Amino acid sequence: MSAIYILLSISIVVAIGFFIAFVLAVRSGQFDDDYTPSVRMLFEDELVKENQKQTIKTKKIN
Amino acid sequence: MEHQNCFHCGDNCDSEQIKYDDKLFCCNGCKTVYEIFSENDLTCYYDLQASPGSAPKEIQGKYDFLGQENIIEKLTEFNDGRIQIATLYIPHIHCSSCIWILENLNKLNKNITSSQVNFGKKTVRVTYNSEKSSLQEVVLLLSTIGYEPYISLDDFKTGKEDINRSLIYKLGVAGFAFGNVMFLSFPEYFKGGEFWLEQYKHLFRWLMFAFSLPVVFYAGRDYFTSAYKGLRAGILNIDVPIALGLVVLFVRSTVEIVLNLGAGFFDSLTGLVFFLLLGRFFQQRTYSFLSFERDYKSYFPIAITKISNGIEAPIQVYDIEKGDRLLIRNEELIPVDGILINGRAKIDYSFVTGESDPINKTSGDKLFAGGKQTTGVIEMEALKSVEQSYLTQLWSNDVFSKNKEDGFTTLTNTISKRFTIAVLIIAFVSTSYWLFTDSSKAMNVFTAVLIIVCPCAIALSAPFTLGNLLRIFGKLKFYLKNASVIEQLAAIDTIIFDKTGTITSNKQSSATYDGAVLSTSEGIQLKNTLRGSNHPLSRTLYDILDENNIITLNHFEEHLGKGIESEHQNDTMKIGSASFVGYDQDTSILNTTVHITSNDQYKGKYTFFNSYRKGLSKLFNNLKTDYDLVILSGDNAGEMENLEKLLPSKTKLIFNQKPNDKLEYIKYHQSEGAKILMIGDGLNDAGALAQSNVGIAISENVNVFSPACDAILDATKFNQLYKYIKASKQAIKIIKWSFVLSFFYNIIGLYFAVTGQLEPVIAAILMPLSSISIVAFTTLATNLIGRKLE
Repeated sequence: MSAIYILLSISIVVAIGFFIAFVLAVRSGQFDDDYTPSVRMLFEDELVKENQKQTIKTKKIN
Repeated sequence: MEHQNCFHCGDNCDSEQIKYDDKLFCCNGCKTVYEIFSENDLTCYYDLQASPGSAPKEIQGKYDFLGQENIIEKLTEFNDGRIQIATLYIPHIHCSSCIWILENLNKLNKNITSSQVNFGKKTVRVTYNSEKSSLQEVVLLLSTIGYEPYISLDDFKTGKEDINRSLIYKLGVAGFAFGNVMFLSFPEYFKGGEFWLEQYKHLFRWLMFAFSLPVVFYAGRDYFTSAYKGLRAGILNIDVPIALGLVVLFVRSTVEIVLNLGAGFFDSLTGLVFFLLLGRFFQQRTYSFLSFERDYKSYFPIAITKISNGIEAPIQVYDIEKGDRLLIRNEELIPVDGILINGRAKIDYSFVTGESDPINKTSGDKLFAGGKQTTGVIEMEALKSVEQSYLTQLWSNDVFSKNKEDGFTTLTNTISKRFTIAVLIIAFVSTSYWLFTDSSKAMNVFTAVLIIVCPCAIALSAPFTLGNLLRIFGKLKFYLKNASVIEQLAAIDTIIFDKTGTITSNKQSSATYDGAVLSTSEGIQLKNTLRGSNHPLSRTLYDILDENNIITLNHFEEHLGKGIESEHQNDTMKIGSASFVGYDQDTSILNTTVHITSNDQYKGKYTFFNSYRKGLSKLFNNLKTDYDLVILSGDNAGEMENLEKLLPSKTKLIFNQKPNDKLEYIKYHQSEGAKILMIGDGLNDAGALAQSNVGIAISENVNVFSPACDAILDATKFNQLYKYIKASKQAIKIIKWSFVLSFFYNIIGLYFAVTGQLEPVIAAILMPLSSISIVAFTTLATNLIGRKLE
């Protein structure tokens, strides 16, 4: 068996893998709201700030 | 005077100031929200954005209906007895603080497991434990922190809606196949004849075939169905030549690889579908926070309180029967026509008529559905059911079930008819020529012609031009329902305006004084008396009058719905309606007037005039050369004189039009061939907006509901209307020019096709090249228009 068969099948499997990932992403609703996640991402700090009293780690951040 | 603003909601707190925690609040509501947040360590809310909140409204008893099982069932999207998930629409969502606080609801109520905001749609999806909590509790919590959800009759009916994501899937499939096929066909572009390329070309070709299958049978499916529908209706729409091209591409390519004649055109085929879908995707993006399909159901509440045998119980609006006694609380909407039994009603009909001043009603008066009670609690008796009420009956007109786009032939479809005929003629002529000279090439030429002229570039011109302009308009606060509205807007020849709320602004009006001159002390007393009243007319008059010294009144009393009286240093003053001040010679019934007496002596009256939107005169003068202008008003003719002065003389002024009259007026003129643009605002214009070729709703605040229409225009941009119409016309010109451009590419392609020299590589270059240059041209040209608009 020639190397090209192996390479071709690998490349197609990889491509189809990505395609399935795309379909799953659409199905889970990732493309329905393209604004909120970009804001939500920035909230990590604020959430930590609330626990200020309990952890030492957060003090470095603030 | 320096204004101080509320820490929570940012409103001016001149009239009332509450200090708490070194911060200033405009009302107790705002202070309470702050208290809740600070107790729960949620003050970050104020760090993200200054003054992001809104003052919580009075909600006592308003959400009692949420205790009913059948209503909960309709409003929740998941319910297994222990856990419920509900998506609530919250109009106030407007900044990152809102997202933050709403996604941290679990800090305020432990029974809420999670909450997720969709900013674009202004919704929050709340998951909560229904054993320990309830939907009602969640809604009440949201209301107390100033995020009152909007629950309307519309939510009750739609239930769970599936989101249509098929276009994204199709685009994904086509893009995926396009990329892979391009890779696989790459070796074929170089006719090297190298040994290993020759050896594997069959494998490569069959792989390409495999990739193109989902593209033709899944991604491109819409083009076949649309072409079929078009042909059945006897229309040669743009999808006919596209579908023809796709079929020929697929069949010829398959035949070529089966008979080992060549590599086929799978690269062009998948590329074509990908570009076409891209155009469709570009055009289809809409404004998720706006709805263009609203009818009365979006305005009406789900349930209302019914009183039977002295017991108050929530009842579904659809279950209201004639004779039912209903309790309408402050800020609640009247769902059915009825008679006022008890209480003092002050009804705001702005939903219905666009008129902002509330109207006073006394018991025995008729109340119409759609009005909003603005002071206290009233009792009414229903005279009709919801569907039979005066306002809601308008929606039984069949104009609301018609789809406007059906009757409209787009520019693309007009051209595609001639295009398809021309293409078929060229194909048959060149084939018959080759049949006589070299019959072996005849079939080759026939298919090549159909492949190369496949109108990808033509099909892309309109979506990209209109799609881009749609986006530009959106930035300029002119929101269109879809791209075909631009084409329709470019074609109109008559513009009809509603008066109240459309060409007049809701906020300010002007007034003229008529009567005896007021002395300085009387002037001061007048201003100071008005200062204490919250009536809209008092506020307006207060703003108009000159600044005066602030004095302390000895006595001040407001007689709701009648007027105000005050006393200052033994001088009494009465301000209000003619009957209140005891003046019985009021002759002008048409205008809104406020009368004044000082020490029981009649002084004079202020007559209020509508204040017209800025730039109204200029707009009408710009429009008058190209369009027939009409004012179609539901009001009386009181403003006629003013309008005649303000507007160009050929403007038609028609008054006393009921909602249905407006609709009929438009229908009549359409039957005479007029293309009508209707501009309105209230629900009373809904019929006219639906009947017209293009209906634009003017909105003071686009987040507040506006009736079903084709476009929503922000009121501040009203004077820009002429420019927007002009830009739409220019867009049509751009589309025509890009048609010229794509014909040019077609002629080059046709040269290769007719002479029998079309190689896959030429098609593979020409097709994307023409598409991309069309996209570039239209995008650049529309951006140029957009820049001129700003």
